Amino acid sequence: MTAGDKILLAHGGGGRLTDEIVRNIILPAFDNETLGKLTDSAEIQFGKDSICFTTDSYVVKPLFFNGGDIGKLAVCGTINDLAVSGAKPLYLSLALIIEEGLEVDTLKKILYSAATAAKQENVQIVCGDTKVVEAGCADKLFINTSGIGVKWPKANLGFKRIAAGDKIIITGRIGDHGMTIMSQREGMKFETDIKSDCASVAQICEKVIEALGNDIKFMRDPTRGGIAATLNEIANQANCGIEIYEENIPVNPTVKAAAEMLGFDILNVANEGKAVIVISPQKVEKCLDICRSCKIGKEAAIIGQVVADGEPLVELVTTIKGRRIVQMPYGRELPRIC
Amino acid sequence: MCLAVPARIIELKGDEAIADCIGNRIEAKTTLVPDVKVGDIVLIHAGFAITVLDENEAKKTWQLLADLDNFSRTDKRVSG
Amino acid sequence: MLERINRAYTQIARARKTLGRTVNIMEVCGTHTVSIFRTGLKTAFPEGLKLLSGPGCPVCITDQGYIDAILAFADRADIIIATYGDMIRVPGRNGSLEQKTNRGNIKIILSAEDVLKLAKQNPTKKILFVAIGFETTAPATAVMANEALQQGIKNIFIFSNHKLVVPAMEALLSGKNHRIDAFLCPGHVSVIIGSDAYKPIVKRFKKPCIVAGFEPMQIIEAISEICREIADGKPQVGSVYHAAVTPAGNRTAQKIIDESFDIAPGCWRGLGRIDKSTLKLKEKFAGLDAEKQLGIEFIPEEDLTGCCCGEVICGLMDPPDCGLFATSCTPDTPVGPCMVSSEGACAAWFKYTRKKRQS
Repeated sequence: MTAGDKILLAHGGGGRLTDEIVRNIILPAFDNETLGKLTDSAEIQFGKDSICFTTDSYVVKPLFFNGGDIGKLAVCGTINDLAVSGAKPLYLSLALIIEEGLEVDTLKKILYSAATAAKQENVQIVCGDTKVVEAGCADKLFINTSGIGVKWPKANLGFKRIAAGDKIIITGRIGDHGMTIMSQREGMKFETDIKSDCASVAQICEKVIEALGNDIKFMRDPTRGGIAATLNEIANQANCGIEIYEENIPVNPTVKAAAEMLGFDILNVANEGKAVIVISPQKVEKCLDICRSCKIGKEAAIIGQVVADGEPLVELVTTIKGRRIVQMPYGRELPRIC
Repeated sequence: MCLAVPARIIELKGDEAIADCIGNRIEAKTTLVPDVKVGDIVLIHAGFAITVLDENEAKKTWQLLADLDNFSRTDKRVSG
Repeated sequence: MLERINRAYTQIARARKTLGRTVNIMEVCGTHTVSIFRTGLKTAFPEGLKLLSGPGCPVCITDQGYIDAILAFADRADIIIATYGDMIRVPGRNGSLEQKTNRGNIKIILSAEDVLKLAKQNPTKKILFVAIGFETTAPATAVMANEALQQGIKNIFIFSNHKLVVPAMEALLSGKNHRIDAFLCPGHVSVIIGSDAYKPIVKRFKKPCIVAGFEPMQIIEAISEICREIADGKPQVGSVYHAAVTPAGNRTAQKIIDESFDIAPGCWRGLGRIDKSTLKLKEKFAGLDAEKQLGIEFIPEEDLTGCCCGEVICGLMDPPDCGLFATSCTPDTPVGPCMVSSEGACAAWFKYTRKKRQS
């Protein structure tokens, strides 16, 4: 990126352009080892304790959608970043940027939703901030949540732990959140009953780490950019190849049809209640059973494995046994007619 | 060069229809298929139904897709 | 299912033997190109069969001058540009529509009907409609234009660059350097124009023309049939897309096109000027015609230096043979439309097959 370049929507999309802005502009500005690891949460030592610390901002439109709202999203999203880093989520901050003119009732509903989500996970919202900006300067409501948690004793996660032969699990059907949001945007020409998968994955993460400890090598929650972004990030940072099987990837047929209608690649579509788990091959079936015993993990599936290929690429074996590369998404899926 | 999805007409008023595509309800104009009826399966491109699909032929394609699913399940390299 | 694949392999081998060389089939349609990559069919075909990407990508063949003419309007406060998402990232000389969206006057539409809605919601603005696409999409523009006329809507300005597929196929076969043995014909264009539309090509050039849908089995069936015809020396028009395509096509849609558009010469990136290949609005729509009402300057332009989109579209080159491919021309920094279009051959090659990571 050069002087005079402008920020595009795709820079916030969790794909290639986000990667570019993080590496070329943000990291150089702060230059420290912890940040440079680019993990979902930063791990910080306080004496003999490991604390994880993370932050995320929520700008979803519309504020209310099938399956959730920005309040629930803001709490679950940050809880998930802590959980997939191997930490028990404990405390959140909640900062509001409110556009002048937002209905008070709307704000109340959203805060109630956030409180409910936090309570369900025994997480407390302990500090916050409120700002109001002039009409037109924010899109109704933006929320930032930061979170801290304490590492589960048996958690031993990291890119360096990933090895050839490790299996990859996704904890449920992909693409639900992104297609739900799309369907409820103004101007979209379809109605659907699909729901966002907005949920906390903390229970799944805690259970698999408790049962399998060191055999769980790495976890990440695939949000914007879909599992394509997450798997490419893993391949890149662990410097490994990944092979996944199209027939194994769980997708709701209605969600898949909605993606096809708009010309979206379902692998690039956002999720908000899923975890990608990299696990030793000998424990993969047990891990799958644990996931499926959890409420939101019933559709969990083994979708692929880490391969001893050398090239840090993600390759998809298609339903007709062909192969194609799954690239890091651009960062913005555009509806198309061609 | 053209994305088009099959969907079944569930409502029709003049040349405006609602069609169901595996649980998604799409708005579509039927100006180009004036003889369409509720219950027909159409191909929708850029908000317009461009043809009524021959359901028997469409079923053959769907049967082939089902065969494809069976084909791909015969060689599982990853369990689960 | 295995039987079909085996049949295809047998026919490919027969065709190769008959020709004494690799069989070259051109996929006219960009959606076929993408489908072949995405389903992994590209890796499944045997040696001896080569699939050439063709000019059936409305974005890829859009002349540079058209894109620049639209971009010239992106900064005007009185204009809303209504475009299908496909055109948003196409680069002109000075950026793309994507880079101008912060002004809020570029709207992505899913249907020509959205243009009518925009016009009614914004009566003080001029809606500039980027009307691209082949015969599949042109009827929608025509229906919308008729509705605008009937409803007395005066703030829609259609910039038509709808193109016709058969003239492009003929132009390709008339060129000296082509290597095309047959055409895999576009599924959805053929829904409108009918499979009989390809008869003149078979008659004049003796090349098989088979229409296929976009599922992998459809493509395999069509290739099998094409190779059989090559091996038997009996080129024909045909279709395996029985569910959707008839020999005559959609007569209602054809009539609407005939009544709403004149056929004019047009500029195609890579193919140059082709007579009778572009649709322009008839005189009765003069009030809705962007070129007549907005003073649009549409000057055909030279392709950007080093860009080989033209040769790629004509099947003369594979994208990796272009010097700019994956170096200065990538999906994030596209030089030519074949890289930015979701259906472009270069984008498909880059997305689905490149082994080397971009640094």
